[in-house]
This record gives sequence, C-alpha cells and structure tokens, in this order.
Amino acid sequence: MNAIAFIALAATQVFAGLGVVRAKNLVHSVFWLAAALIATAGLYLLLHAAFIAMVQLVLYTGGVITLMLFGVMLTQRESGTKVPNEAHREVPAALGASLLAGTMLTAIWSTPDLAEREAVANVATDSLLIGQGFLSEQLLAFELLSVLLLAAMIGAIVLARRTDP
Amino acid sequence: MIFGLQAYLSLAAILFCTGVYGVLVHRNAVGVLVSVELMANAVNLNLVAFSRHAEGVGGQVFALIAMALTVVEVVVALAIVVLLYRTTKDIALDGAREMKG
Repeated sequence: MNAIAFIALAATQVFAGLGVVRAKNLVHSVFWLAAALIATAGLYLLLHAAFIAMVQLVLYTGGVITLMLFGVMLTQRESGTKVPNEAHREVPAALGASLLAGTMLTAIWSTPDLAEREAVANVATDSLLIGQGFLSEQLLAFELLSVLLLAAMIGAIVLARRTDP
Repeated sequence: MIFGLQAYLSLAAILFCTGVYGVLVHRNAVGVLVSVELMANAVNLNLVAFSRHAEGVGGQVFALIAMALTVVEVVVALAIVVLLYRTTKDIALDGAREMKG
C-alpha cells in the first residue's frame, strides 16, 4: 500500500516538476508548482509527519501560490492570463542539470550507511514534540525567525512602496 | 520496506535538478522564482525523510524553519521583482543591469 502511494506521489511530483519548468505560460507554471507542493504534502504523510503535511498544505502551498500569482499579475503590461515564460539555453542547461542529478544519485546509492537505515518507530504525538523542540532546544532559531519575519516584512514594504521618500 | 530513505533522497535529488534546470533556462524573474521554490521543496523533503530515519523530531523542526525562510525569500524577491518592473517595465532578468558597477 505504502509502495503504491509512494510511486503515485513520486510520479505526480516529477511530472508536476517538469510542468513547472516546461510550461510556456507562467500562470500554468505556478499551478504546476501547486500540484508539486500538494504531492509533497502526501509524501510527508507517508513519512509520518502529519503536522508538517498540514503546514505544507495550509500555510506553505496556499501562501506561496497566492504570492506568486500576485507577482505574476502585478508585473505584466497586458491583462489576461497569457503570460509568456520563454526558455533559452535549453540544451546546456539540461546537460548540466542531468550531470548534477547523476552525481547526486550515484552518491545516494553508493553510500552503504543510507541503505542500512531503518525507519524509526513513529511517535504518535509528533506535534507536541515539535512544539517542545521549538521552545527548548531550538529557541534561539525560533526567536531569530520572528525577527527575520519582521525584517522581511519591513523590507518588502520599503522595496515595493509606490512613492519615493 | 522497499521504498526506504534512498528512494526519498533520489526523488528529492531529481526534483532539485529539475529546479536547477528551470533556474538556468528561464529569463522571466517570476519563472526563476517558481523554480527556486521547487528546489527548496526538494530540500524540505530531504529533511523530513532524514527525520523519519533518525531519533527525535529535529529534522521536522528544521523543515519548519526552512519553510518559513523560503516564504521570507519569496516575499522579498517578489518585492524586488515589482520594483524591477516599475523601473524597467519588464521582468526579464537580462534587463536588470541597474546595479552593475
């Protein structure tokens, strides 16, 4: 059952990923990205990370896709949903990317330690553990993250405002 | 289990390289951003997969932090794209030479 789900989700994800980079229309590209992110949420469920899957679906996919669509709509001269997304230098880019993929896959499949790894028995209350992790071990990262969010919000407003100071 | 850690890592590697290809071929700034998003997503998949195969939820906490960082990156990058559009009336990255020294 898990194997079937993995194959289906992985195939969806690779297909959607190719859609993201091959789509001629930028709006279609953004929607392919939505498909890829939703398939990733399914994989997180398979990995027993239910909380991450929910965050991925509700916050990440929703937020990022909305932002991207806003970005597309705000930066085009003519109205409508036909936004060209032309590609160039396709052959060298494909060569470079497949070389990189080959290197990574070779490294993954030739590392004996990875093959021996067994899945740890899942913990039922992983959201509780995540919360405890954020507020004890990772407290500094958590606080820095909130400062970073504030800085990014101010930065985005300053960059994108209409009038000069 | 047939599909262990290596299957997830391979899937993430393939997705990452798809994103690399997208970054390399696109001229449109938002097109590049969408591809960067694909790469960040592949990295998150790696983190959660490793977390499944190690003690504790450190990998999941890390994945949540990485998600927040990615959203921050998208916000600032889109603000820059909007600014670029306002100054040059185009979001092709080839035209962005204003900051060249």
